[in-house]
Amino acid sequence: MIKPYRELRDVIDKKDRGLREKVMSLKEAVSLIQDGDQIAAGGCHYSRTPMAVVWEIIRQKKKDLVYCRSITSTEGDLLLVAGATKHVITSWFSPGVTWGVSRVMRHYTEKKLAVFEEWSHMTLGLRFRAGAMGIPFVPARSMLGSDIFPRLSDIKEMKCPYTGDKLALIPALNPDVAILHTQRCDPYGNVQSEGLPFMDQDIALAANKVIVTTERIISNDQVRRSPDHTKTPFFCVDAVVEVPFGCLPHECYGEYEPDFKHMDFYVKLMMGKGPEGVKEYLDKFVFGPESWNDYLEMTGFKNILQAMVMGRSVYND
Amino acid sequence: MTNPNYNTAELVCIMSARFLEDGKIVFGGAGMPLISCILAQKIHAPRLTILFEGGVIGPHVEIGKMPPSTNEQRAARRANMLLSITDILLLQQRGYVDYGFLGGAQIDQYGNLNSSFIGDADNPKVRLPGTGGANDIASLASKILVAMHHEKKRFVEKVDFITTPGYLRGGDSREKAGMTVGGTYKVITHLGIFGFDEESRRMRLETLHPGGTIEEVKGRTGFELLIPKEIQYTKPPTEKELRTLRELDPDQRYTRPKEE
Repeated sequence: MIKPYRELRDVIDKKDRGLREKVMSLKEAVSLIQDGDQIAAGGCHYSRTPMAVVWEIIRQKKKDLVYCRSITSTEGDLLLVAGATKHVITSWFSPGVTWGVSRVMRHYTEKKLAVFEEWSHMTLGLRFRAGAMGIPFVPARSMLGSDIFPRLSDIKEMKCPYTGDKLALIPALNPDVAILHTQRCDPYGNVQSEGLPFMDQDIALAANKVIVTTERIISNDQVRRSPDHTKTPFFCVDAVVEVPFGCLPHECYGEYEPDFKHMDFYVKLMMGKGPEGVKEYLDKFVFGPESWNDYLEMTGFKNILQAMVMGRSVYND
Repeated sequence: MTNPNYNTAELVCIMSARFLEDGKIVFGGAGMPLISCILAQKIHAPRLTILFEGGVIGPHVEIGKMPPSTNEQRAARRANMLLSITDILLLQQRGYVDYGFLGGAQIDQYGNLNSSFIGDADNPKVRLPGTGGANDIASLASKILVAMHHEKKRFVEKVDFITTPGYLRGGDSREKAGMTVGGTYKVITHLGIFGFDEESRRMRLETLHPGGTIEEVKGRTGFELLIPKEIQYTKPPTEKELRTLRELDPDQRYTRPKEE
């Protein structure tokens, strides 16, 4: 559903866009998300997933969210089983190629307990791009003739008024809330990122609210020393939360690779027992610990260390 | 086949690599397509540039550190450029990408691929993970290579669902749907190389791999293939190709023989 332009402008109009500190707790940041919101997660697959935010969303028992992500990995299973979402908009949904097809995704979609709205990777990216540009759609030459196209309610075909070419019109996606994780961010919300950019920049600009979790909070002076590394400007951002290892067991470029041992453990449980296995996982790893740091401790120092050594090795060459 | 010194996955990998010409740009998926691209670089195409869906231009993949996916930091190693997913996929729409290299769960006689649903999409027997970038690649890249194990349940007359367009319903149906470029160029299996008839766009056998027979190809194909009058054979894998491939994948993580 394309949000009316006037409504989108009003949201930005009302936003305090002055340079101001936005540092808050994970709990406070996630309370900005309302039940029923359309949320878009940055990163892709098991890379730069805002996992701590997903974890807190589940703890706060959010309901009826529409979860949008370029490629959805294990965090999608968790959100489905927790009942936080019944509608996932994504291009690919499973833990990862080497781990097989998610039994949870299959259970929820085959039993019609949830909707898996499938868009191609590029056209989902273009939906955020159109949202970021403040226009209702962008034309593309993808998706034409496929069986994906007629299953989508808000995609149209048109003849180009200039050339007569057949084009797919890709509708804007302006999520209510963007959830992004990055390596560093200042207290005002200047987001600096390294490595693969994925769709984060477009998502941040498209969204009405932006929650950023960051490996570390740096000073605004640091930002000003390398402003070319700032990928999202402070005035888009509503919340900044310092969450070291905030993607685990997924990876964060240059900081840590995935915790493959924990991923293997999770996938074995999920594939073995399906949603019941994920319920067990949620009870133990999401509802069990007092805090995100306690959760990290449960996953094991050695695993995290190993992931970190591998992650940092990109800077060794 | 009479005890060749290579397995079926290695054969597909080597035969696919041969299509990747020097100086071209290829969009490669994780796993076997990636190994094929690197093999081509090592054997005959040192200036072949690999693109990954995760947003990577020209990575340097280290032996023994093959990225399990194309959307993670291992895939970004020593690349020329990292850009957003949307932008890397858009390079194809602009026309910069010569080859898209895909695998698939199911292919049909017009080169359409399915990676979304087994059975009826409204009541699927299996919900598969979905398109990822495959639909974009097959809609936009200049030529599509598809590498698959040749099995009857995978080579079907009509795919359950067109996730990834080939020539749709044959003839000019691809052009009529709006795709004026691209299409499935070659299908590489462990039995042979397959192309598509220029008019009907039906799949046709082009060459048989050494030891392959028409009977086996027919027996493992769920539709009527176009078969040329005179059968041509592919040149068998060379020692150099096999040696290089095994250096790249010493544990056979990506070139393990397929179970029948």
